Amino acid sequence: MPLNRDFIGRSYEGGGTFEVGREHIRRFAQAIGDSNPIYVDPDAARAAGHKDVIAPPTFLTAVGMSLASSGPISDPGLGLNYALVVHGEQKFVHHRPVSPGDVLSSKTTIESIRDAGANELMLMRQDITDADGELVCEAFNMVVSRGTAASAG
Amino acid sequence: MAASVKYDDVEVGTQLPAQTFQVKRSNLVMYAGASGDFNIIHWNERTAKAVGLPDVIAHGMFTMAEAGRVVTDWVGDPGAVVEYGVRFSAPVPVPDDDTGTTLEVSGHVEEKLADNKVAVALEAKALGATVLTKARAIVQLA
Repeated sequence: MPLNRDFIGRSYEGGGTFEVGREHIRRFAQAIGDSNPIYVDPDAARAAGHKDVIAPPTFLTAVGMSLASSGPISDPGLGLNYALVVHGEQKFVHHRPVSPGDVLSSKTTIESIRDAGANELMLMRQDITDADGELVCEAFNMVVSRGTAASAG
Repeated sequence: MAASVKYDDVEVGTQLPAQTFQVKRSNLVMYAGASGDFNIIHWNERTAKAVGLPDVIAHGMFTMAEAGRVVTDWVGDPGAVVEYGVRFSAPVPVPDDDTGTTLEVSGHVEEKLADNKVAVALEAKALGATVLTKARAIVQLA
């Protein structure tokens, strides 16, 4: 079943907040096998000019996952079958690093949906802001919906 | 930010130290928990094969994170990575064994930009396939 193209341009926000946790950053760094002390040692982070430890460059994927229940992937009207989804492209544009205590909000917009052979490509843009409303990161996420193009029958 | 690499010390073509990573099922389990991405294709072989994949595959974001370590290990301060993007060009199948799949990542300075920033291009291969294309990081150097 093709994705519902009426959803192009639709935005999702108000799904709650994501508070960045010190142990979450530590666990994420462990999971990617990265022993950089700036993720776990406040003194090392301060020596590098940060106020506290910071999160790895791809950590904010966890914000998308945490708030996904209010986003497009969980919207039944869009018609996305998550088992058919693979990740196509990802980009983070960081405006500042995130640290423990940051309370983040997210607004996700479906920028485009198009066919690529038998697959469909959906590009989402996620604006992640802090408690002051300042932009922390722009995350661009393109997912591939395998075999759902109308032409694939 | 305190990058340990100076802008004046690098040129277009400067190589970053290459690294290899062993990707095992246990890594995917840890990554699922840490990232919150519990997509069944990253841990259930039966379902992965039923939807046409060769095996359980690594989270694209896990591969992206590992490749990013070549940049952050080089520059020292992960906060110096101001932009990072990739295209996932092939899946990284991860077998149910003790060895896992070898991910090889290399990188070089592709362009020197204004304000002491550089663009780094990354290459990532697994099982003979290029698994990331358009892999590029913008890094703030000292």
